Amino acid sequence: MDSEEAHAVAQAETLTIFERSREGRRAFVAPALDVPDVPVEELLPASAIRADPPALPEVSEPELVRHYTNLSKRNFDVDTGFYPLGSCTMKHNPKVNERVAALPGHARLHPLQDPAYAQGALELMWRLQGALAEIAGLPHVSLQPSAGSHGELAGLLLTRAYHEQRGEHRHKVLTPDTAHGTNPASVVMAGYEVVKVGTADDGGIDLDDLRAKSTDDVACLMLTNPNTLGLFDSHISEIAEVVHGVGATLYYDGANLNAVMGVSRPGDMGFDIVHFNLHKTFSQPHGGGGPGAGPIAVSDRIEPFLPRPQVVRRAPDNGGEPRYELDFDRPMSIGRLRGFQGNYGVFVRSYAYIRSLGGDGLRDVSDTAVLNANYLRARLAEEGIAEYLSIAFPRLCMHEFVLSGRLAKQKLGIRTLDIAKRLLDHRVHPPTVYFPLLVDEALMIEPTETETKETLDAFADSIRAILEEAQDDPEIARGAPYSTPVRRLDEAAAARRPVVRQRAGGEPPGDPERAADRPASASGAL
Amino acid sequence: MPESYPEHLLYHPEHDWAQIEGDVATFGITWYAQEALGEVVFVDPPEVGATTTANESYAEVESVKAVSDVFAPLSGEIVEVNTGLSDAPEKINDDPYGEGWLVKVRLSDPAERDSLLDVAAYRDLLADG
Amino acid sequence: MSRYTSTTERDRGEMLAAIGVDSVEALFADVPEAVRLQRPLALPGGLSEQEVHEHLSALAARNRSAEDEVTFLGAGMYDHYVPAVVESITQRSEFLTPYTPYQPEISQGGLQTMFEFQTAVSELTGLPVANASLYEGPSSIAAAGYMAQLENGRSRFVASRGLHPHSREALATYAKGFGAEVSEVPLDERGATDIDALAAAVDDDAAAVFLQQPNFLGTVEDLGPLAEAAKRTGAMLVCAADPLTLGILEPPGRLGADICVGEGQTLGNRLDFGGPSFGFFAADERYIRKMPGRIAGETVDVEGRRGFVLTLQTREQHIRRERATNNICTAQALNALAGVVYLSWLGRRGVVELGELMLRRTAYAREQLGLERINSGPVVREFAVRLPDLDALFARARAEGVNPGYRLGRDYPEYEDGLLVAITERRTRRDIDRLVALVAGVREGAVA
Repeated sequence: MDSEEAHAVAQAETLTIFERSREGRRAFVAPALDVPDVPVEELLPASAIRADPPALPEVSEPELVRHYTNLSKRNFDVDTGFYPLGSCTMKHNPKVNERVAALPGHARLHPLQDPAYAQGALELMWRLQGALAEIAGLPHVSLQPSAGSHGELAGLLLTRAYHEQRGEHRHKVLTPDTAHGTNPASVVMAGYEVVKVGTADDGGIDLDDLRAKSTDDVACLMLTNPNTLGLFDSHISEIAEVVHGVGATLYYDGANLNAVMGVSRPGDMGFDIVHFNLHKTFSQPHGGGGPGAGPIAVSDRIEPFLPRPQVVRRAPDNGGEPRYELDFDRPMSIGRLRGFQGNYGVFVRSYAYIRSLGGDGLRDVSDTAVLNANYLRARLAEEGIAEYLSIAFPRLCMHEFVLSGRLAKQKLGIRTLDIAKRLLDHRVHPPTVYFPLLVDEALMIEPTETETKETLDAFADSIRAILEEAQDDPEIARGAPYSTPVRRLDEAAAARRPVVRQRAGGEPPGDPERAADRPASASGAL
Repeated sequence: MPESYPEHLLYHPEHDWAQIEGDVATFGITWYAQEALGEVVFVDPPEVGATTTANESYAEVESVKAVSDVFAPLSGEIVEVNTGLSDAPEKINDDPYGEGWLVKVRLSDPAERDSLLDVAAYRDLLADG
Repeated sequence: MSRYTSTTERDRGEMLAAIGVDSVEALFADVPEAVRLQRPLALPGGLSEQEVHEHLSALAARNRSAEDEVTFLGAGMYDHYVPAVVESITQRSEFLTPYTPYQPEISQGGLQTMFEFQTAVSELTGLPVANASLYEGPSSIAAAGYMAQLENGRSRFVASRGLHPHSREALATYAKGFGAEVSEVPLDERGATDIDALAAAVDDDAAAVFLQQPNFLGTVEDLGPLAEAAKRTGAMLVCAADPLTLGILEPPGRLGADICVGEGQTLGNRLDFGGPSFGFFAADERYIRKMPGRIAGETVDVEGRRGFVLTLQTREQHIRRERATNNICTAQALNALAGVVYLSWLGRRGVVELGELMLRRTAYAREQLGLERINSGPVVREFAVRLPDLDALFARARAEGVNPGYRLGRDYPEYEDGLLVAITERRTRRDIDRLVALVAGVREGAVA
């Protein structure tokens, strides 16, 4: 095959389902019409009738299956290989969870079914609420938020309702400079102003800065513990005291909960509000970017404001079976954040996961996640690696840790992005890169508990091999990857002149000459 | 283009330049700024008639994975905006001191120019950075 | 060791030695005693896979799903047939288990499906740019509201009472945060948005007007004139739509909507007791840099091969942080994949055929039931009627395995005796006739 043919094959692989469409093909056959064949014009006013059908693809079922099966082969996934994407907890997704979620009693249950006929679902939700409350150390749970960021928004709206009910109008929310980007974005959506708190030399929050900024117009401090550096802030009780001292609430971003289940509970640390990421800690498959779920757990003083409806259990008067109900009668509630009762299918999977492992199993998850992270950290501190990649905060870590590629850039002329791209040729998903922002050339590594020691060793070997190779020829990493379905892409062209849908006869934008994915400089002021 | 800092410009420590002609100045970002930002993909320009205040942001430039405020070296009223950047923001990378200019401003306080750096001082700042 | 971890005793010993500590406990040295949990988690012990399956099956058996009854329940989510191809594709590990495509070189499958999904949403809604999904319907309405007030700096929302009650409530919940007010426009005697009241409610401070097509009662709104009234003072028009009706209904984007959002469950997603499904968001081109959520775009690689990337990321929280256009991170990619597979399965002609089948069966059901109509205007897949003795109908129907629909009284006190009846391609003439017979029986009982 000459290169022109190879190119043609490559282009054929990227035909969209719309480009594969041929008039007259179909996968769908409608059920027989069993009612009178009234003309559409008699049932709808002319102004409402669509003039021409939407240009959806016309394909047969075999073509449809082949198209998406081939596309799937252009994805890397957890079932295929190591995926140490920091702060994302890419653990194994148990298969039984998929099976039970697909049972028609769960999957075909209408959300507005009368609760009397949805007792199994409501009981499952009630039990999941109870399990999450125990894990969080906070008594009240709402399962409603759809993902972590939605949970954050819920938590901030709860904070607003709490203060307003006390007649206080606070307008600032503190977030550490290591915070996930969702935190400041949620703060603004909830109508608050972001105030950043600095990081101390030990990687924890800067207590002096926190004290200085904790004024009586502060509504809340949002924190993850362990934080995004993978470090447990041992000053947490002091932090809680400062924040509570000015009457503010303390919010726990649960993205990193995988480190501390059964070890330490956010409620016991002094947090008032916690969100969980069921797609991180509780094994809901990430789905290529969702679905997830972001339930919240709260303390007694926040409870009255929880979203509507709440799942409750009521003991019957006559001593029979308890009934599970949806409680809408919550006059102080912030209201709904979405339709219906939340991502129930995710609840089924996470509940199955919690029941599979039990309390001891969850503790073992955290133990092993922390063991794996520390082991990998130790392997990456070995000679041949440490000269180029330094541990950002050289101490024991929790479930993840952050390396800085500053020395690799200086000594080898390769950047963190190049290392990440070269890892793709080693059949590994790269770590989170360039986050947190305060670490230069950051690589944030979260191996999770489900990986074997052999996998961790192989990853360390890959990193070593990439660095050794770069000592001989840094161009190899700079040009990587080579073995993937496509190589580095012209992201700048995609952003300058966005093509975000199929157009008839359009040439793709972009220029191969400029298709070097350049690393980001820190955002903010130049 | 290779690194350069023209002699005839004045510089602001946030990596902006100004070229003053009479009571109007042209603003842009320096070679260093565009290099740090990477390929510029979008400019969110201010409107003609808006004011700039020295040391405060008057526009945003975006690369693929970063957003940066652009700081005004001097105060004044914007009299012209480089509309060519909306179709070709890469001009900021390709020609930061020429076609990549951002705005022209009628200065309200010409004395502010004394606070700006000449090229030698700006190069010193970069060297210390 | 649980069945989901792989670390043997021997591994543990070697790993601890490499770390330089003598126990796993020592790894938690940073966690102060004062905040340690001094007891095991008070949760039941772990179960075998078989036991988990049995327990979850037993819970499922205590639900009456659309598998177990003939249901006319809709009101935002509908019992449609989900073809086998959807499950077969969405259960592939390569789609099920990766995360957001941060590394485009190994995520072309996901990125291209996002691009295809965006194209399909654009085609359906008649708007040129769409994102790769939001959480679900009502929160997408709220996201549109947030975008509108960022865009035009105004602080009042005007929502039709025909908007799904959950959408109105979610909009109000969000608006409380960023400080916008929501006012409501009533429905007229035909069950459509009252155009005069709408025109009166839209003032110079209106950021956005919210309509739904078909509206909550099932009425097909006359969007053209409503759009004109809504946009008179420069407010943005946000229209929620049931995407499965857009094969036969003129798309909101061609009738003046600036933004079209909606609940995607009807496109190949399960009922799942309310989620996960997906929300979609399409808009006019000029809003592309203000939109919420992920967007995939087309480009080329260093060898000139076509490829797809996440684009316009500077809108998003991970880059713009407190100035992001929305806080969303994880959305509903897998559900959106189900959506585009389903739409490709239906195809250009199927989406019309399915729409027409629903339209005719709905007309048949409405006619045969012969009840007083709450919405006398045109309907596609759902309609509202009055029946004084709803309790009796429900009691009798339930006993016979029929769910007559949604009782409107909870959300609309003005329709206390209202019943919202939904028809999908799964409800045959025979099913409809059963409901008709039940209703007739109840009415005769009432007369007698």
